[in-house]
Amino acid sequence: MTVDRWLVLAGGLTLIAFIVWFFWLKRSSGVRASETSSGYQEAMILVKGGYTPDTILVRAGRPVRLNFRREETASCSDKVIFADFGKSADLPTGTTVAVELLPKAPGVHEFACPMGMFRGRLVVE
Amino acid sequence: MMDRPLRLIEPVVDRPTARISGHVAELDLKLSGLSCPHCPPKVQTAIKTLVGVKAAHVNLANQSAHVIYDPDRVDVGAIIREIRRAGFGAGVATTRIPIRNMHCASCVTRIEHALKMTPGVTAARASSLTNTVEVEYQPEQTRFDHLRGAIESAGYRIVETNVPASGAGDGDPAEVERAAEYALLMRKFWLAAAISVPVMALSYPDLIPGLREWMPMGSTTRRVVWALLGVLALPVLVWSGSQFFTGLWDGLKHRTANMHTLIAIGISAAYLYSVVAVGFPQLFPRAELAEVFWDVTTVVVALVVLGLALEIKAKGRTSEAIKKLIGLQAKTARVERDGREIDLPVEEVVAGDILVVKPGDKIAVDGEVVDGKSAIDESMITGESMPVEKGPGDEVIGATLNKTGSFKFRATKVGKDTALASIIRMVQDAQGSKAPIQRVVDTVSGYFVPSVMMLGVLAFMAWYLFGPEPRLVYATIVLVTTLIIACPCALGLATPTSLTVGIGKGAEHGILIRSGDALQSSEKLDAIILDKTGTITKGEPALTDVVASAFSEDDVLRLAASLERGSEHPLGEAIVKGAEARGLKLSDAKGFAAIAGHGVGGEVDGRAVLLGNAKLMRDRGIDVEHLTKDWERLAGEGKTPMFVAIEGKPAGLVAVADTVKPDSKAAVATLKAMGLEVVMMTGDNERTAKAIARQVGIERVLAEVLPDDKAHEVQKLQLEGKSVGMVGDGINDAPALAQADVGFAIGTGTDVAIEASDVTLIKGSLVGVVTAIEISRATMRNVRQNLVGAFGYNVAGIPIAMGVLYPVIGLLLSPLIAAAAMAFSSVTVVSNANRLRSFTPERSAS
Repeated sequence: MTVDRWLVLAGGLTLIAFIVWFFWLKRSSGVRASETSSGYQEAMILVKGGYTPDTILVRAGRPVRLNFRREETASCSDKVIFADFGKSADLPTGTTVAVELLPKAPGVHEFACPMGMFRGRLVVE
Repeated sequence: MMDRPLRLIEPVVDRPTARISGHVAELDLKLSGLSCPHCPPKVQTAIKTLVGVKAAHVNLANQSAHVIYDPDRVDVGAIIREIRRAGFGAGVATTRIPIRNMHCASCVTRIEHALKMTPGVTAARASSLTNTVEVEYQPEQTRFDHLRGAIESAGYRIVETNVPASGAGDGDPAEVERAAEYALLMRKFWLAAAISVPVMALSYPDLIPGLREWMPMGSTTRRVVWALLGVLALPVLVWSGSQFFTGLWDGLKHRTANMHTLIAIGISAAYLYSVVAVGFPQLFPRAELAEVFWDVTTVVVALVVLGLALEIKAKGRTSEAIKKLIGLQAKTARVERDGREIDLPVEEVVAGDILVVKPGDKIAVDGEVVDGKSAIDESMITGESMPVEKGPGDEVIGATLNKTGSFKFRATKVGKDTALASIIRMVQDAQGSKAPIQRVVDTVSGYFVPSVMMLGVLAFMAWYLFGPEPRLVYATIVLVTTLIIACPCALGLATPTSLTVGIGKGAEHGILIRSGDALQSSEKLDAIILDKTGTITKGEPALTDVVASAFSEDDVLRLAASLERGSEHPLGEAIVKGAEARGLKLSDAKGFAAIAGHGVGGEVDGRAVLLGNAKLMRDRGIDVEHLTKDWERLAGEGKTPMFVAIEGKPAGLVAVADTVKPDSKAAVATLKAMGLEVVMMTGDNERTAKAIARQVGIERVLAEVLPDDKAHEVQKLQLEGKSVGMVGDGINDAPALAQADVGFAIGTGTDVAIEASDVTLIKGSLVGVVTAIEISRATMRNVRQNLVGAFGYNVAGIPIAMGVLYPVIGLLLSPLIAAAAMAFSSVTVVSNANRLRSFTPERSAS
């Protein structure tokens, strides 16, 4: 094998390892929803290339209000779906849309755009 | 102090009134959602758990609650919240008011405070983020004017909603946004396409006579032209392809990858390679290696952008059904306020308003007629083509059309509570829900794009390490082609687009499919259980026969009818109506008791009266032997005969009959033809049940099923290994509907949001079940085609792009072909879903 081949081999394997680590292995720890005076656990989520923050921590048994604000026009993200709650909301660009949920038991519930490209997690404690 | 004992039956309460004396206050509150006998205790217990509530009584008959509480320890808002938490409505309306000049945090509290001081307002939540305030109020006490007054007194202004004069407002923000996005993408496409033509031609000069001679390989002319082409291709990359790079960047920030990631890496790899080839040809061992791929950059951008534009256009059409529904909403209403009739935007109508409707007007909101009479065309909501006669006390549905007369009605449900709004919400939620089949796709799509990136790298390595010369060129082409051909969008779009169209199609036919789950389950049903009353039959029985022994016919009927006056059972109502029609004067019954599934008993005019089936008579030791013959005759005719016993002696029979809906027989035949086993279930006796079953052609009958056993019977059928659908009304059959794999509820009027059901049939006809199953079969077939297409495309396309066929048949895909394939695979998926729009129910077209 020539030097350039060794370089390509090493570089390629490193790149593959990086892809695995970057996309699958690293996970954010999440943001805790703040509690309002009316008893809601509220969090603001920015929809732009993904959900920011994408992991929301809430407590079980109390209503949750997630305010989604979409700041992009890609057609994939024009809806957010909470499959476990059977809820969904349309997200017009530039408008804040509130999604209200009542998580009854602890667990992890995913939310995503219809095509599953954007994903977020609601962690109920 | 509490100055009077709590009476068991409260007078009818029209408006909530609070009386405060000392540290005890009393509150009368109108409730909603009290549909069953178990509901009042539930609400009562819920209210009583609150600290500060001394007593609570809930009255089922007039749907109200009387609460005695300590205002220092608990407020009205808390009581209402508690009632809601128990799952009932507490007569409060909610409205969202947009407010101008609300900028600071203190504005929020100021507005909320002003509103909360307004009598009848139970809660107010302002948000400086959305510049709106959400107000909960008692519609009987508060008018919109009062709310406006409160907001203005706090120094703020309401944003007046602009109401378009004509009915068809084209202001759907999603629609406008989609149109703008489409126009932008098309502009990007045209630029990319226009630049692609010269770039293509000049990139392959060796293939074109004339050019070949003018710019021979290795010449300076060729290098200069190619360098200029690179400059020409730059706007395509930077502007037409900008969304790929912003998508890549936004994705990377969230550690996610999507279609944009793949395209962005692909086109930039091709561009960078070309830059190096033109700028530093000396880096390449041989001159022919210094090829350029500008054409890959421009053509890929052009094709993919065109694909995106077409996809947006096609996706817009998938939600046409919901647009039609939204378009049904009335824009204005004529409201009577302070004795004057004023036209208001429909958003300002509050529950309790009196609305005036003239012939030809659209009814603005749901309500109850208080004065006048008219025929109303409800076809847009119920699908019933004949206009319905309405008079005082009847329910009218918003968005329906008044035909002949003028009338006034009191608004009962406004805004998001109207039947139409619930329908729209249900359809939207359903369209956004996921079919179980989608879960597979979800799992795949989470790993898809990074996997494709790894495959691209692997292919590059393989071609570089083991491929033929020029290795670098081949490896680069293969990497770019692999990244570009992979189409995560086709996978992601496959299920949701078909569901959106299918569920919308259902709504057009008066069928509300609750979720993707329900849609998928409906397809696989083996058996369907039909409740008899109200489903197969009209559900409005009428008195047909009276048989008397030892008493006069009138006596038997009069006593039976008097006893039934207290009952809400439809059979009882038929007897009462029948007796009234014969001019009999009814008396009051004492100690009325319903014996579930058996009959009723009580005391009329000092005489003990029993009315019910043979079991009841046997249990009470009453010999009805001599009446059995008549009973059998009537039952054989499909009627429901009931024994009447007076003072423990057999007195006779009263029979009522329920007639079969005109289209039930055809619907049953079609269901059978579709391969379903049709079963009838009823609480009635076997004879009656069989007579009806014979009329509609059902062989398997489950008769004398007690209400509590219905769910159990469904389960028994499921234990036979069948997937079971249950059709019934949403209230009495709720447990059975919930137990069934798919529960179909027959809806009526404004009562569309039936919780227990998976599918609601607004038309109230069995044909709806046939249509629902047809739609589910067509939709799921479509979903499967899409999934097979999308999976098949990627599974076949990616390896071919990686060059697995090269060693075998020497086939290597051009990145241009890959781009075309990728762009049109997602368009194909969406177009295939759109084919469903032309679906017409074949079997149920009667």
